[in-house]
Amino acid sequence: MIPVPTPVRFYQVGSFAVGNRLLDPDQRTVQADTARTNSLDSGHRACQGCGEALGARYVLDAAMRAAEDKVIAVNATGCLEVFSTPYPESSWRLAWIHSLFGNAPAVATGVAAAMRAKGRDDVRVVAQGGDGGTVDIGFGTLSGMFERNDDVLYVCYDNEAYMNTGVQRSGATPPAARTATTEAVGPAPGNAFGQGKDLPRIAMAHEISYVATATVADLHDLEAKTIRAMAHRGARYLHVLVPCPLGWGAASKDTIRLARLAKETGIFPVFEAEHGEVVSVAKIRHKAPVVEYLQAQRRYAHLFKGDHSDVIDQLQALAEANIARYGLLEPTSAEAPEVVED
Amino acid sequence: MEHPFAITLEVGTSHANRTGTWRVERPVYVDRLPPCNDACPAGENIQRWLYHAESGDYEAAWRQLVEENPLPAIMGRICYHPCETACNRAQVDEAVGINAVERFLGDLAIEKGFGFDAQTRETGRRVLVVGAGPSGLAASYHLRRLGHRVDLVDSAAKPGGMMRYGIPAYRLPRAVLDAEIERIFALGVQWIPNHRVEDVVAEREAGGYDAAYLAVGAQLGRRIEIPAGDSARIVDALSLLRSVEEDRPVLLGRRVAVYGGGNTAMDAARTARRLGATETVIVYRRTDKEMPAEREELDQALTEGITTRWLSTVDSFEGDHLVIEKVVLEDGKVVPTGEFEQLPADALVLALGQDSDLSVVEGAEHIAVRHGVVEVGPSMMTGEVGIFAGGDAVPSARTATVAIGHAKRAARAIDAYLAGGTRLAPERHGLASLERLNTWYYDDAPRSRRPELAAARRVDTFAEVVGGLNEDTALFEARRCLSCGNCFECDNCFGVCPDNAVVKLTDRETQAAGGRRYAFNYDYCKGCGICVEECPCGAIDLVPEAN
Ligand SMILES: Cc1cc2nc3c(=O)[nH]c(=O)nc-3n(C[C@H](O)[C@H](O)[C@H](O)COP(=O)(O)OP(=O)(O)OC[C@H]3O[C@@H](n4cnc5c(N)ncnc54)[C@H](O)[C@@H]3O)c2cc1C
Ligand SMILES: Cc1ncc(C[n+]2csc(CCOP(=O)(O)OP(=O)(O)O)c2C)c(N)n1
Ligand code: SF4
Ligand code: SF4
Ligand code: SF4
Ligand SMILES: [Mg+2]
Repeated sequence: MIPVPTPVRFYQVGSFAVGNRLLDPDQRTVQADTARTNSLDSGHRACQGCGEALGARYVLDAAMRAAEDKVIAVNATGCLEVFSTPYPESSWRLAWIHSLFGNAPAVATGVAAAMRAKGRDDVRVVAQGGDGGTVDIGFGTLSGMFERNDDVLYVCYDNEAYMNTGVQRSGATPPAARTATTEAVGPAPGNAFGQGKDLPRIAMAHEISYVATATVADLHDLEAKTIRAMAHRGARYLHVLVPCPLGWGAASKDTIRLARLAKETGIFPVFEAEHGEVVSVAKIRHKAPVVEYLQAQRRYAHLFKGDHSDVIDQLQALAEANIARYGLLEPTSAEAPEVVED
Repeated sequence: MEHPFAITLEVGTSHANRTGTWRVERPVYVDRLPPCNDACPAGENIQRWLYHAESGDYEAAWRQLVEENPLPAIMGRICYHPCETACNRAQVDEAVGINAVERFLGDLAIEKGFGFDAQTRETGRRVLVVGAGPSGLAASYHLRRLGHRVDLVDSAAKPGGMMRYGIPAYRLPRAVLDAEIERIFALGVQWIPNHRVEDVVAEREAGGYDAAYLAVGAQLGRRIEIPAGDSARIVDALSLLRSVEEDRPVLLGRRVAVYGGGNTAMDAARTARRLGATETVIVYRRTDKEMPAEREELDQALTEGITTRWLSTVDSFEGDHLVIEKVVLEDGKVVPTGEFEQLPADALVLALGQDSDLSVVEGAEHIAVRHGVVEVGPSMMTGEVGIFAGGDAVPSARTATVAIGHAKRAARAIDAYLAGGTRLAPERHGLASLERLNTWYYDDAPRSRRPELAAARRVDTFAEVVGGLNEDTALFEARRCLSCGNCFECDNCFGVCPDNAVVKLTDRETQAAGGRRYAFNYDYCKGCGICVEECPCGAIDLVPEAN
């Protein structure tokens, strides 16, 4: 008759939403804090619903919290730089320097060296760029930065194409996606299968101390990874999926939903690795079919005109391969306090 | 011309760029009507009292609850909880155990001795309330809190109406009933027992009352002619239940048949079982699919060893056996088959429905009675100006919760009437339907179950069958609420805006208390709608800009 008391866990939205009035402040995200840095402030010229603007603020605010506000950001050319600093305006509320399109890792290496020379090991360096700047033109300098193990956290905001110059294909553009340079024409419309670079795995192959992927859909996860990355010294790499309403042909309100679907379909595996080994993965919570993700984006619209179920099947197979490789599907069961019935 | 090697820009300079001008749609915070609130016949603001309970402030939760319903410990036991049927969470996993939390709050209030907030004014106006069932009690409560003087009269010796003389103690312990009634009386209600009102218009006149509320219920058990031998023992369910309450239980014997398929039939059968009828059978002319009784009630009866005879009518009662005719259903109609059977029985209990005794309005020429109930308008006023009616005696579903809802509506209308006006019902918000919610954000959480008394211990005592939640499980259950359509301060909108255009109004010191919510900074909001999409509970609308 008498129910056994069990400690109360928080079951409303504690683990998924940004904050909650019922949570201890230290269990809320950095973004829930009215005193967050707002590293990228209002007035920037990013499109409505820009995932990159969101991702940059999420990462840098967390890095600022971790480094007690002593962060220098080095930014490659790309949307993030262009929409944040049209002369004479700047949206940045932290020390920030713009390099060139392809040399952000090298510039960051230099900044880190300068800080070391000045004996300022309290000042931390974060370099950031788009997927084009990272996996293509900046790839060489990035690999060098990894190899030398320079004390820099490099963050790639992956929107899967060269957005700033009009949506050209990058080495991170997914198969079948339409871009200005992979048009939806011919027998195999959109970007080709079997090409492109998986930079998180390339970074792991450098055996640097910390590599992680994340999306703007899971803030708790993204912040935790940023803070963990900041606890390491040497070269670290964070790869964040940031949907682009313009380039993806998606509704601006769907930015977070699409990032969530990318993870829940298995299309974008979310994990972290230390010294070249995967140490944890974010499990799929409510598995969704890849079509649900594709249908919400006009860059895949050609797959739904005429019969392209074979292409959709191939994309589904890629998702399944990710699920198998990283072990993304494992049932997690919710626990309830027990009431003993006699 | 000399060019600088590098350019530095001032912090905050982007604020000059008012990106709000890009907007074609604007987000606005709204409060929508949660389906639970919409479905509660007593008009409780369930979402709101759960909000307080979620933070562990049970007293605030209880005070919010009793704004609408003064009987939470009772309702937390006997209400058929249409709120839970409507609850959005039912479509996610299982409905929030609203009724269980309500009971927890009600019981806690009794244990801690919470009293109602005292009325802040005395109007000096006098209202006669006839009938001390849930409707009359709730009306007395609301009228007293509005500052009116209340005389509550009842023909019975004790207050409670059907909650005392109908609903058995194993579902509603009398200590709970007494405690909640006592608390209402403590507001200064004048309780007048053993007083039967013969003519409400005359009594209002004679007593000089400014208004009256009639809540006489439906207290007459319906009877039908059943050919029966001399020794056949036939009793109606209400008399049986009342006899137990008055501690002079009707003698039934070992084999009892209960005729009917409503909740009263279930209570009669379960009561017979507790009085020693080891073979109790419910005889009903349709099946469990059609019966008006709550499924829960039937399940409890079955657990207690009661059996059923569906598709059967009672033809006659020969003293030691019933003659039962088998029937079939054709398009929902009961059709006799001419096939008869014997069913051994020592007593037959009739549970075929209740009627209202409306002799109290027979002499009132302006008060209309149709289909055995009193006609009332939307404000619960009868044809006689200043005389209102509610509960089982007016047309509606006959439940205690409905009766309490009528009382609230009538009390507010009486208050307006006494002030010389009529009350305008406040506009209802649009429904917070499930499609508006983003359920991704809620943790998976199975429903907490209330403990139950073992079946073996239910056959000889009237001890309460269903137990309550403890604090842990009640808190857990409250936190399963999705807060449909009403901001619960999850910070999502504040966090997900790419333009920092959401302002959190709660300052750091008072964060724990919450309640100040958020605002949009339309200077910078571009109208992307992410906040709308990612609000878990659907408390933001996106509306077109004027142009
Ligand atoms: C066996 C049974 C079980 C039930 N179980 C539930 C349940 O679990 N949940 C639920 O919600 N509902 C239940 N109901 C229905 C519920 O009890 C009624 O809907 C509710 O009590 C109606 O309230 P009321 O105030 O209108 O009338 P009542 O509760 O019937 O009270 C009317 C009062 O008026 C008094 N009265 C009548 N005439 C006069 C007069 N002329 N002068 C003075 N006093 C008078 C009576 O003595 C009585 O006290 C049940 C009903 C029965 C019979
Ligand atoms: C050396 C050089 N080549 C080309 C450009 C033009 N350019 C500016 S941004 C950009 C694309 C950026 O793409 P990505 O790095 O993916 O960032 P995004 O804009 O998508 O965020 C290009 C090609 C340049 N600035 N410098
Ligand atoms: S989830 Fe909460 S607010 Fe929504 S219907 Fe259920 S109890 Fe009401
Ligand atoms: S997320 Fe920000 S910019 Fe987008 S609609 Fe909401 S308030 Fe406006
Ligand atoms: S997103 Fe959260 S904080 Fe914002 S309105 Fe909705 S419930 Fe309230
Ligand atoms: Mg890009």
